[in-house]
Amino acid sequence: MTTASALLAPAGPGRRPRWLRRRVAMPGLGLTLGVTLTWLGLLVLLPIAAVVVRSLGLGPAHFAAVAFSPRALAAYRLSFGAALAAAAINGIFGLLIVWVLVRYRFPGKRLASALVDLPFALPTAVAGIALTAIYANTGIVGAPLASIGLRLAYNPSGVVLALVFIGLPFVVRTVEPVLADLGQDIEEAAATLGASRLAVFRRVLLPEIMPALLTGFALAFARGVGEYGSVIFIAGNMPYKSEIAPLLIVTQLEQFDYEGATAIAAVMLVVSFAMLAVINLIQARERRWRDGA
Amino acid sequence: MRRFVLAGLAVTLLAGPIALDAARAAPAPVELLNVSYDPTRELYRDINTSFAQSWKAKTGQDVTIRQSHGGSGAQARSVIEGSPADVVTLALAYDIDSIADKAKLLPANWQTRLPHGSTPYYSTIVFLVRKGNPKGIHDWGDLIRPGVQVITPNPKTSGGARWNYLAAWGYAQKTYGAAGARGYMIKLLKNVPVLDSGARGSTTTFVQRGQGDVLLAWENEAFLAVNELGKGQFDIVVPSVSIRAEPPVSLVDANVDRKGTRAVATAYLNYLYTRPAQQIIAKDYYRPVDPVVAKQYADKFPRLKLFTIQNFGGWTKAQAAHFADGGSFDQIFAAAKQ
Repeated sequence: MTTASALLAPAGPGRRPRWLRRRVAMPGLGLTLGVTLTWLGLLVLLPIAAVVVRSLGLGPAHFAAVAFSPRALAAYRLSFGAALAAAAINGIFGLLIVWVLVRYRFPGKRLASALVDLPFALPTAVAGIALTAIYANTGIVGAPLASIGLRLAYNPSGVVLALVFIGLPFVVRTVEPVLADLGQDIEEAAATLGASRLAVFRRVLLPEIMPALLTGFALAFARGVGEYGSVIFIAGNMPYKSEIAPLLIVTQLEQFDYEGATAIAAVMLVVSFAMLAVINLIQARERRWRDGA
Repeated sequence: MRRFVLAGLAVTLLAGPIALDAARAAPAPVELLNVSYDPTRELYRDINTSFAQSWKAKTGQDVTIRQSHGGSGAQARSVIEGSPADVVTLALAYDIDSIADKAKLLPANWQTRLPHGSTPYYSTIVFLVRKGNPKGIHDWGDLIRPGVQVITPNPKTSGGARWNYLAAWGYAQKTYGAAGARGYMIKLLKNVPVLDSGARGSTTTFVQRGQGDVLLAWENEAFLAVNELGKGQFDIVVPSVSIRAEPPVSLVDANVDRKGTRAVATAYLNYLYTRPAQQIIAKDYYRPVDPVVAKQYADKFPRLKLFTIQNFGGWTKAQAAHFADGGSFDQIFAAAKQ
């Protein structure tokens, strides 16, 4: 952030409007901005606009009947709830993994680091099938768990499990460079000044990595809300119980109900957007608070 | 638009002569796309080889048939959205009706164009249980006992599941009357722990994942599981009554005319009714419509009472009453969650 504002500062005079003039120190703005806007427009905005327009074609009464039916509400609750839970779990355990990967040296560390990226690369269907095979009540992990009454597949906890798997690298890869940059010396400084270990973590480390952690959380959450491929294998897909919203959309499509599908998609779009906006707001506030302090 | 016209023109120019030359000495090879439903992979692999030989012998032309498989509804949707299918071979007539209705790629009376309502084979819905039938499941009535877990796909997305659902409904209506059928279905759906989106998915859940006590399955899928997938691990239970499941076939007129493949595609569908094809059909555990072949394989298929889709007033009515939004399936699920 600091480098960017330093570059923005020495803006020369010109005839361009003020908002453009301030940025002329960087070359090629017009071209790159044009490409950026076109790119985002074609790839992101246009399809999203199509969803909104198509769902508006339904008329408000029909839209509400499809988008807010009890079954759809149950699906939203599951999709957003499971994505939040999974992102929170990843926030905690992802941070722990980052800590270990950055601060310690141990044999097999590079392998462990590579393993973290596996959920990025693995086709989600493969992940879903593998998780189901292992965690179903007949699988090698699922069977002993089932004998003590813990069932991890074919119910909502299966959804969370799949999303934890999918979201892990988002948290780890976002927080890792920040923690690595931080260096061990500030922790040592805090310790020599008499801070307890908990205080070092809570008052020195956490504030520094909080923005990155929140970004990782938001990415994992966003990925989880939209995830389809891995979840459908392990969820059980029972309406009202373990049916995620993306599956409901696919189900509507397969009944040739394009409008119904777009109505549910539009609701997911609005809620996702709102939640990401809130997370961004928290981040901005955090940054302002730290800069001011 | 113009690009499409040009592309269409190019395709016709290229493909047109193929059809014209079909009877001549060394015709160019041709390719067909058969868009089919989930469990027919093995069936069409066998039939396609056999048809290609027969076509080559008759015309000298090489024909390759590409296959696409998936949930019947999803497959119909892919054709509506532009998959260049020459023929569709789907799980139920309603899905082909949808192609006629929504994309106008084939005439509304498509089902009258081939014998037996364009259905070259039929099948039914039976139960697959674990070896020795530990839960003692013998008929539809046993499926609603507490503690019995039933695996079936989602009828909203799977053609096979719609046959399952109507078979259960038909039994319940016969046994408990129209009013009692709903109560039976609520209890039945309460016993379902997993809903896969297609028939193959359900078979995997039951066979590989070991979920549930009984799988409601296409008869051909059940035979496949007993004889090939999990030899010695499963038994087939034939209920007292079931539904005559009729998966129809059709030419996709707009596509074959655009690609110039009408002659070979028509021959392909007609071939399904010939003796050699009917033999393959019976070997792959589907019930043949040819009376001679049917007689020859009579021992292979258990005898049971079958009612038809006409009991429900045909597919259009059945779809509206049971599987459309707010239909009986939705109502029953809403009731079953309480």
